[in-house]
Amino acid sequence: MATTNKNDDGFNWAFALKEAAFAAIITAGLSFPILALRTDMDISNKLILNQRWSWLIVAAVLVFVGRLAVLSYAARPKSTRAASTAPQSDSSKFIAKWISAVGLLALFLFPIVVTSALGGQGALKWINNYGVQIMIYIMLGWGLNIVVGLAGLLDLGYVAFYAVGAYAYALLSTHYGLSFWICLPLAGILAATWGVILGFPVLRLRGDYLAIVTLAFGEIIRIVLINWVDFSGGYAGVSSIPRITFFGLPFNDNVGSFSNFFGLTYSPIHRTIFLFYLILCLALLTNYVTMRLRRLPVGRAWEALREDEIACRSLGINTTSTKLTAFALGAMFAGFAGSFFAVRQGFVSPESFTFLESATILAIVVLGGMGSQIGVAIAAVVLIGGTELLRELEWTKQIFGQDFDPAQYRSLIFGAAMVIMMIWKPRGIVSTREPSIFLKEKKSVSGDLVAEGHG
Amino acid sequence: MLSVSNPLLVVEHLTMRFGGLIAVNDLSFSVGRGDITALIGPNGAGKTTVFNCVTGFYKPTEGRLALARSGIAAAQDVADLTQSGAQHKQMPSGDIYLLERMPDFRIAHKAKVARTFQNIRLFQGMTVLENLIIAQHNPLMVASGFSILGVLGIGGYKASEQQAVEKAKSWLERIGLIDRADDPAGELPYGAQRRLEIARAMCTDPVLLCLDEPAAGLNPKESLELNTLLRSIRADHSTSVLLIEHDMSVVMGISDHVVVLDYGTKIADGTPSEVRNDPKVIAAYLGVDDGDEMNPAHGGAK
Repeated sequence: MATTNKNDDGFNWAFALKEAAFAAIITAGLSFPILALRTDMDISNKLILNQRWSWLIVAAVLVFVGRLAVLSYAARPKSTRAASTAPQSDSSKFIAKWISAVGLLALFLFPIVVTSALGGQGALKWINNYGVQIMIYIMLGWGLNIVVGLAGLLDLGYVAFYAVGAYAYALLSTHYGLSFWICLPLAGILAATWGVILGFPVLRLRGDYLAIVTLAFGEIIRIVLINWVDFSGGYAGVSSIPRITFFGLPFNDNVGSFSNFFGLTYSPIHRTIFLFYLILCLALLTNYVTMRLRRLPVGRAWEALREDEIACRSLGINTTSTKLTAFALGAMFAGFAGSFFAVRQGFVSPESFTFLESATILAIVVLGGMGSQIGVAIAAVVLIGGTELLRELEWTKQIFGQDFDPAQYRSLIFGAAMVIMMIWKPRGIVSTREPSIFLKEKKSVSGDLVAEGHG
Repeated sequence: MLSVSNPLLVVEHLTMRFGGLIAVNDLSFSVGRGDITALIGPNGAGKTTVFNCVTGFYKPTEGRLALARSGIAAAQDVADLTQSGAQHKQMPSGDIYLLERMPDFRIAHKAKVARTFQNIRLFQGMTVLENLIIAQHNPLMVASGFSILGVLGIGGYKASEQQAVEKAKSWLERIGLIDRADDPAGELPYGAQRRLEIARAMCTDPVLLCLDEPAAGLNPKESLELNTLLRSIRADHSTSVLLIEHDMSVVMGISDHVVVLDYGTKIADGTPSEVRNDPKVIAAYLGVDDGDEMNPAHGGAK
């Protein structure tokens, strides 16, 4: 992986071509058994070997072109790269200020605009599959950002707290008939308690060890939910969970319902729009609390902990309680999101809380730029919205044939996107850190200086 | 052993073993209130281990470390406190803490011992100002109602934070970094990082400041500035200083009291001039050939 930076004014073509050809040969060699050869069964159930040399050639050519592009990108003049810290220019400050204001306004108007443009039926998909789904992940990303981004504690089992929140609402509402509004804080408190329970034994662990224990914790919660059938219903999960009500007014066609009370024609979109605003408010609460805490001593202590734990202790900061507050708070927001998930789906089962979910949330935080709120939001939109968009690409069937389902390529695209991001912007979409306080001028801190945390 | 009339910290029979290795062996010395005490010795003599024991990063195998936050650590009261099994008590002679019984962050928080590190440990990705604000974590935590009132925006947190900023500003002016307050600490030149680490430790309002090789890597001009800073710390604040140092111009220039370690044991303890002429010190630590380093004209006598 040598680079051609020595030669600043010109691009070393000979070297780049050699590199690209080498990469193409490796690709051909590795993918030869998978792409070029394929066994199929013929009509009499005999295995026959089909040869698909064109596939192999296409793959090799793609890698050749891709490697060449990466090399020419790496060889661009150094001056175009960002200086390690530059005071924010007025225009970038302006953009940063307006992007959140415009984004917020767009989010609040989103259901209204979509409904008036597409009508009740058409809008349902957009608000539910895109709006609500993405907002859940933004909220989870922001919650995990406290633990991973600010405190620097790598948590691979975050979905466990999401599960605790979801089952808390599911079980409390079905067994004791408690309303969503009572269960929501309870779910948060329960999840936070589990956060502390997990936090205590792992306080001494750092880095990889912490990651493995949290991973195990996530699996333990899921496996308990599967096997403790009396409690959680096992694989069958908990169904017929009471649906959301508009502060007591149900969303249905009966007398005394939301539409009846406000004199509207009943439409299922009302519930979805209400759910959207609910998760939007919950996510904004997460963001508001995080942003405020960053400017309070505890938030600064989290970041200091990520930078240097030993220095923290030498300054009299109780690192134990600092870590526990980060775990508990992150878990609490996951608990809120979990109980929202349960009330939205009306059904929970352990299937929804697999490791893949934890990995997705962590990918959102890492891709967004650890510690950056806006970066996490953008990453959630790209990753979750992108996955949903793959289902929309019906036209690709006309190119690749009727059997082609772009949604099947989710993981492949997801992986490729991660690799490209890590090459292009290794510290995530927003790689700079905003200081929590300033004397004269707010200057962003380059990601190169900010520690990633060691657990 | 130099008799210290007003001991702030009394170290008695301190022993630290790592498996079979004895890093510090039965070490006893005192740090006087208002003094600058230097701990010197060749590499590997156990100086940093002593520091780690005093600041709680290591738990000593044996020995007692009594610190009087106010008053003095009188022998009888220290013995009584040891008997009582408590970490800390207000005794007739002073407010005494037994450091070997306390975890590191409580030593910094309650007993008010601050330290710097041999390899600088600043919060590199945070600004210079943030570094100094974090040092004031504990009082600010109380002011923010342990974050609960702070999140809700109730209470006088804003005013306390402003006070913390003022304190940070006064330190920044003192160490000449006021213009770089909003720059990341990791971008400062080496000498400035050293000064910032000392200022950060001082922002915790310590009674004892432990400096682990503050002059390492500094040029002669920067060492002189450091001397001035340390003297002014002693003069303007009620802070005593315990320092490890190899730079003899710093040690001989500012210390009131020098303790010499070799292979974990104390070989000399006295005023700089006593230690300078101690044949054991010259033989074991400085070596005959390096004797000229100890020349008063070169080292700068007090």
